[in-house]
Amino acid sequence: MGFHIVVCAGIVPDPLQTLEPATGPNGPGIKTEMVLPAVLDPWAASALYEAANLAGKNPGSKVWLVSLGPKAKLQQVMMSVAQKVSFELVPIDGPIGGFPDAQATAAALAETIGAIPGLERARLMLFGGWESATRGAGVTLQLVGERLGIADQFQGVDAIEVREDGSFEVLERVEGGKHQVSVCTGVPAVLGWATGNLAEPRNNPQVGMANMRTIMPALQKAKMVTLDANGLQYVSVSLPKQQRATRVEKNMSADEIAAELVAWMGAE
Amino acid sequence: MESILVLTHADERGAALSKGSLEAVTAGRELAARLAAELTIGIVAKDATDAARQVAGAAKRVLAVEGEAFTQARFKSDAAACEALCRAARATIVLASESSRFARVMAAVAHRAAGVIDTHVTAIGGADSVEATRWFYRQRIEAVVSREKRPWFLLVDAGTNAAFAREAGEAHVERIAVELPAMRTNVMGFRSPKTDHQMIRPDAKLLFVAGAGWTKKQPDGQIHVEQAGELILTFVNAAGASLGSSKSLVDQGGEGNSVLPFLTHLNQVGQTGSTPRHAKGLATCCHGEEPHVVGWRFVGERRAVSLDPNCGWTRGKADVVYVADAFEVMKRVNELLEKAAGSQ
Repeated sequence: MGFHIVVCAGIVPDPLQTLEPATGPNGPGIKTEMVLPAVLDPWAASALYEAANLAGKNPGSKVWLVSLGPKAKLQQVMMSVAQKVSFELVPIDGPIGGFPDAQATAAALAETIGAIPGLERARLMLFGGWESATRGAGVTLQLVGERLGIADQFQGVDAIEVREDGSFEVLERVEGGKHQVSVCTGVPAVLGWATGNLAEPRNNPQVGMANMRTIMPALQKAKMVTLDANGLQYVSVSLPKQQRATRVEKNMSADEIAAELVAWMGAE
Repeated sequence: MESILVLTHADERGAALSKGSLEAVTAGRELAARLAAELTIGIVAKDATDAARQVAGAAKRVLAVEGEAFTQARFKSDAAACEALCRAARATIVLASESSRFARVMAAVAHRAAGVIDTHVTAIGGADSVEATRWFYRQRIEAVVSREKRPWFLLVDAGTNAAFAREAGEAHVERIAVELPAMRTNVMGFRSPKTDHQMIRPDAKLLFVAGAGWTKKQPDGQIHVEQAGELILTFVNAAGASLGSSKSLVDQGGEGNSVLPFLTHLNQVGQTGSTPRHAKGLATCCHGEEPHVVGWRFVGERRAVSLDPNCGWTRGKADVVYVADAFEVMKRVNELLEKAAGSQ
């Protein structure tokens, strides 16, 4: 039968960009965020690649990518993401960035997922990143799962192994550099992915062309949402002031450096 | 008037409370004292007797959900336990530690309680109101937030409060019954990376980060991965340091390049890795690019050894940068540590 895999993935500023907070009429945001280069959220991207891999191993599976962001920004990011793996885009035209309330974001995502035509909940695997590179709260996917009534959830996932009987083993990151090993009897389930084990797929123009045939019409029909603040107020938003006065040593010998490092390590 | 519930859970052994839970108790005590609010502690454990002793004197009311099912850190049972504790306590503010166990369930619990949640909280302040400090964009922007809606759930990051130490007296535990539906998930245990020793040590004083330079060509035109591995492992074990890595180094394994076999994505520090808390950090053969350095936000003193005099560390991200060959430096450091150990 295969799985119906829905991947929730936001878009984030390219990690190498300098970020500066700015307050606008709708609250805090990132200065010039709309013109900063954007990428698919890194952990959510891992989820997408793992979803495609899982779908490839289980015939009859299908992957949907649900993404909330400004339509123009989504289109820009999808031009590159579409070349990686096959999926059907379900875009939601909404605000960008990490400052909107996670509860409201989850409500919009859950409503949209619940309305995907042909999606069978008995075959549903809800994927996403365990935390985003914007809000980084690790709650949105969990809330979406809760709203969809999915009672088996896993976060910080690095691996899934599906067995012949439909059960699956999941490795979740826990404290101290270990994985918790769980076995679930079957779907539906929520998996918030960490890094996973797959390298980023190479660009495939054929996959890109096939994806773009459905992506552009989907973007044109994207539903617009506004997100409730849920009483969330920002008292302050600021950049950390942690610029250090760096001492750069270019002429010390290895022996001198080693002695200084050992003394530093031992000092309280 | 606010009322506060601190949710706690037992550690892996099952009886004692986790360190993060005891830190959350401290945060709850401080907040309750400031707001003159009533404090309740909730415990999730197989048997809460020993755990309750650990919080003696912390709060007038201690609630517990107990049973074999709660030995496992599992979404369905943990969410049911926390939901029952919240309903019994009827608190307006719920604090808990940002442990993997509670991070997995607490947003769902907040939703069931018709509340809201904020996570990775590093400080709780405010004069007349409650204000929570947390980071956005992977520790690149700091914000202080407040909310009108209640109950407000706050998950507090580990290491931001001292662990509560029990006071005189006994805690009288009210047991809360929870009827669990059938479980579809079973926790089988834990799995560690295939190494001789656990080298991710959250409580270590020093973080040692290995960058991609360790596997690049050295001045003799050759790659010395084996030597790099030996130097790193010797140092980490001798110094009792926690081993971290840059993304570029752990990614090399997936790209068919020479790799250090003991490094996995679990060691990765930075934007798509961890943000550990250590008093000191030493980066080696690492460029100090922003996506990696955001993971150093909570590392106190920082030093780096790099051949690149213009690497990111020199631009205000480290206290000291040694422009030198890390192979040579770490060899000498290991010799000094071995000598020091031998003389003891």
